[in-house]
Amino acid sequence: MKNKSFTALMASPYLIWAIAFIIIPLFMVFYYGLTNNDGTFTLENVLAITDPRHLKALGIAMLLSVISTIICILLAYPLAMILASKNGSKDKIIIMIFILPMWMNFLLRILAWQTILEKNGVINTFIEMFNALPLFDLPLLNIINTPYAIILGMVYNFLPFMILPLYNSLNKIDPNVVNAAKDLGANNFQTFIRIILPLTLPGIISGITMVFVPALTTFAISAMLGGSKISLIGNIIEQEFSTASNWHLGSGLSVVLMIFIIISMIFSAIFDKDGEGNML
Amino acid sequence: MKKIVALLLAVSMTALCFTACQDSSAGANGVVYVYNWGEYIDPATIDMFEEETGIKVVYDEYETNEIMYPKVSTGAANYDIVCPSDYMIQKMLENDLLAEINFDNIPNLKNIGSQYMEMSKEFDPENKYSVPYCWGTVGILYNKTMVDEPIDSWSVLWDEKYENNILMQDSVRDAFMVALKLNGHSMNTLDETELAAARDILIEQKPLVQAYVVDQVRDKMIGDEAAIGVIYSGEAIYTQRENSNLEYVIPKEGTNVWIDSWCILKDAQNKENAEKFIDFMCRPDIALMNFDYITYSTPNDAARELIEDEDIRNSEIAFPRLSDYNNLETFKYLGEDGDAIYNDYWKEVKSE
Repeated sequence: MKNKSFTALMASPYLIWAIAFIIIPLFMVFYYGLTNNDGTFTLENVLAITDPRHLKALGIAMLLSVISTIICILLAYPLAMILASKNGSKDKIIIMIFILPMWMNFLLRILAWQTILEKNGVINTFIEMFNALPLFDLPLLNIINTPYAIILGMVYNFLPFMILPLYNSLNKIDPNVVNAAKDLGANNFQTFIRIILPLTLPGIISGITMVFVPALTTFAISAMLGGSKISLIGNIIEQEFSTASNWHLGSGLSVVLMIFIIISMIFSAIFDKDGEGNML
Repeated sequence: MKKIVALLLAVSMTALCFTACQDSSAGANGVVYVYNWGEYIDPATIDMFEEETGIKVVYDEYETNEIMYPKVSTGAANYDIVCPSDYMIQKMLENDLLAEINFDNIPNLKNIGSQYMEMSKEFDPENKYSVPYCWGTVGILYNKTMVDEPIDSWSVLWDEKYENNILMQDSVRDAFMVALKLNGHSMNTLDETELAAARDILIEQKPLVQAYVVDQVRDKMIGDEAAIGVIYSGEAIYTQRENSNLEYVIPKEGTNVWIDSWCILKDAQNKENAEKFIDFMCRPDIALMNFDYITYSTPNDAARELIEDEDIRNSEIAFPRLSDYNNLETFKYLGEDGDAIYNDYWKEVKSE
């Protein structure tokens, strides 16, 4: 009995933390989202997602984050396979290289990309240096303030979240399974399609969740690399809170976004029952 | 059980220590909580104030009036002094958030030019609640090496020659001010057809715009990223210091003249200290330090006299003779419904 109350006491800080910073804020988002200025119940703020401007912003956000997620998978899978295929200290270093930038503030890193991509930015300065030499005539990079820059920012920022779960689930594959496939006459391609890919599905799914959800909701990347010319749903919500001071509408739209997030979390829970893919 | 008691004791003692430490960190003569715009003061002046008065300054910053307002109005934070702009002061007055200032405690008010007190009457009709801190205009900053014609009109922001070379302000009222003024309308209009017309030309302008930015106009113009940008006059002097190819004009169609003023909040716990702080900020040498640091025009005439560089003291950018310009206006608070219309139209522009 005594032991039990001690456990409860030790757990209480976490409970207080969860209530103060997760439950109460969530409750407030729902409260604001489902009421109007007079405090009466309404679905208006949630249904506001059907406003063509909001739908368009949601559509663009979906499109850009789906593209970014696909690019992340295509980039991360080969890298994770390379990392998992060798067992040395080198892969730890490579993993470290991918994690290290995350110690820096995310806004600073996006700001750095702005400086790199700008018209007179780092890349274009280099291109112009080359163009000053004979024989060179390279076109200047002109993607800042376009959707391409936003996708680049998303991929750059969320790629580690794809690599780590993939690496983790690739690492867990028993080499004997692969060897067995090869013994039974499967070639490399067949082994990959029939054995490795299905076994890493949990990793892929949790990678998708960890890339897609933050990409869908981001507003800083589109504001800084997109020149605020493209409104994603995240930008609309941010504007409602910061400049329009319409917390009800902002919360209502957040509730809609939450539904998307919950759907993708259910997906990952179904495919990733053992929490295999989760390294972070 | 004993262990738990010991643990609880330790926790409560740490908590006690924290509160005790906090008390001792207040100055000998108490404390004052200041909530000001970001990069809007010379930090050295705060140290000087603390040293001279023994009042500890707790200083926080905000980025826009709209971010400051909910924090102050919900009472989430206990600030004594804020520094809102004209229309926000009007809104705060309407919502009864400001305290009358006891001007007996602010003898240095005499340094503030009378024309600025006159301008303040637009939002503070009896000059009871605000002390002007900075003022200025909004205009066009252009790069002389990229623009070869004389610029004197907002219409240049719609010139296809400058496609992808234009920086617009990423804020509702400032963006609409440009469009409304170009159309010859008031920037405080609530007329739906005038607003719709402004929205339409802003949408028409969008393909020409390189980016919608707020503070970054400064850095982008200094770095030759764009030819033309809409900017606050206070930033213009700074950008010219860094890049001598830049020139600032007030367009002939008129523009926004704004004032940011010190105000004391109704719930202020340290009103007298707040008045001392405002008085200190009105001292000519302090106002001069702040002007040199932030380059936003000071309404402090005595401080202006102290500016050594004659070019700056008589600068048309820092101290324009307002009577030379037509159609200058100050933003007014339009009420919640008015704000909602502007925000709605702006959203249409941004999502186009």
